Amino acid sequence: MSIISTLINGLSMGAVYALIALGYTMVYGIAKMLNFAHGDVIMVGSYVLFVFTMKSIKNPFLAILLAILFCVILGVLVECIAYRPLRGAPSLAVLITAIGVSFLLQSVAQLIFTVTPKQVTMFQFNSIEFNGLTIKTESIITLVVGMIVMIALTVFVNKSKTGRAMLAVSEDRGAAQLMGINVNRTIVITFAIGSALAAVASVFMLFIAPVTDPTLGAMPGIKAFVAAVLGGIGSIPGAMIGGVILGIVEQFALKYEFLASYSDAIVFAILILVLLVKPSGILGKKRHEKV
Amino acid sequence: MSEPLLQVKDLEVYYGVIQALKGISFHVNKGEIVSLIGANGAGKTTTLHTVTGLLRPKHGSIVYDGKDLTKVHPHKIVSMGLAHVPEGRRIFQNLSVYDNLLLGAYTKNDKAKINDQMEQVFEQFPRLKERRRQLAGTLSGGEQQMLAMGRALLSDPEMIVMDEPSMGLSPLLVSEIFEIIKTFREAGKTVLLVEQNAKKAMTVSDRVYVLETGSILTEGNAADLVNDERIKKAYLGE
Ligand SMILES: Nc1ncnc2c1ncn2[C@@H]1O[C@H](COP(=O)(O)OP(=O)(O)O)[C@@H](O)[C@H]1O
Ligand SMILES: [Mg+2]
Repeated sequence: MSIISTLINGLSMGAVYALIALGYTMVYGIAKMLNFAHGDVIMVGSYVLFVFTMKSIKNPFLAILLAILFCVILGVLVECIAYRPLRGAPSLAVLITAIGVSFLLQSVAQLIFTVTPKQVTMFQFNSIEFNGLTIKTESIITLVVGMIVMIALTVFVNKSKTGRAMLAVSEDRGAAQLMGINVNRTIVITFAIGSALAAVASVFMLFIAPVTDPTLGAMPGIKAFVAAVLGGIGSIPGAMIGGVILGIVEQFALKYEFLASYSDAIVFAILILVLLVKPSGILGKKRHEKV
Repeated sequence: MSEPLLQVKDLEVYYGVIQALKGISFHVNKGEIVSLIGANGAGKTTTLHTVTGLLRPKHGSIVYDGKDLTKVHPHKIVSMGLAHVPEGRRIFQNLSVYDNLLLGAYTKNDKAKINDQMEQVFEQFPRLKERRRQLAGTLSGGEQQMLAMGRALLSDPEMIVMDEPSMGLSPLLVSEIFEIIKTFREAGKTVLLVEQNAKKAMTVSDRVYVLETGSILTEGNAADLVNDERIKKAYLGE
């Protein structure tokens, strides 16, 4: 019966990867760049959560709201200051800048908070016993909230005027301009949404392990990138599917002792396999740009 | 005579170090259909892209309705009443026909007016109405061209610039496209048309400019130019 609890853990881990992967895939689709600093936004979010859940303040809901707000502002600033001046520059220059932003964020976090991991406790959860099955409450919350956020995002992108503009810019920037769409504004909105999703992911990351340090975002960032590639980078449903597959595979690998220590290796083996078999990913379209 | 609706002067455009337009000047009066014809690579698309802001000139001016477009953000140009039907249609393939048309009305906020325009476009292009829920990429070439034109009409433009609308279409469809262009004139719109199909273009146009390797070779009334021996030889295949 423990298969079911592993499945639930996998789904909830997958929801976290999906939330992060959405940031990668939307920015890639619309701004045509790989934002390698995206994972570090999660880390920044986790420190905001740390500061506002310290004993002297201790207000987890305010902390979550502020983490989202802070990450959105950060994402918008990074786009406007670091990436916008490079619009139209070779993609290698943009990629190097993104890596630079990643280092910068990690270094600033290290200056302020040192490398010592910080304990972040937002809520106390009890496990649910069900038919002799133990299910973690936080997994269920992650799964449910993650699904609600993703459904809301899907509706927003497909039904709202701004969402339609995002899809138009991602398909043909020039034609979108001819429709009267402000491309820069659309890209800023995309960064804001991606960063908000990363902040939500940071809450869930701290549910899983309630400690943070300046490299918190690195591994989930890379894994979510794998999820985005797996689903087809640029595709929003693809990022969701890719994230969920990755989460489930990883949790099942962790379940078996002989596989557990290889769980990260398995994730990257999946990336290599996808790149070999179907480089455009599960839902990806053939593109001319090089990643 | 009153000011032309579009007045282009000494336009020079470069791609890196390559000069694509070598100082061209032309104008389009209100209510006219003007064609820009010329061989592949003459600079027709470059001209239209510069007019609607996708490219910036190194030199020269583009005055539309009294305003200098070279200083206007490209996404602001369509709301000034100037719509562009681009070369190769460039419809949004992964969006529905209906969403493509809605994007044409992106700068509009009056829902009732948008619905009105939408009905008019559906009346003119019944095929689009039938297929409004389909992904635009699944349409045939002719239908995609109609979608591109319908999309432009949804911005309720005063002037439409069109880049090779007949490209890649069967002769029957080509005739249909030119019939549609005539309806634009009847609706009081001004048209700047770029065509390789010079013969057809001349039949619907008031005036014609002939572009050759980035310069204007000659210009005149369409009725006069069809009888010009040089033009006949080079562009009308006679
Ligand atoms: N993106 C580009 N980069 C470099 N040169 C270009 C580009 N687009 C067009 N050109 C060149 O500019 C000239 C004019 O092209 P274009 O305006 O597309 O001609 P037309 O539309 O009349 O066929 C051609 O010599 C073409 O090779
Ligand atoms: Mg052309």
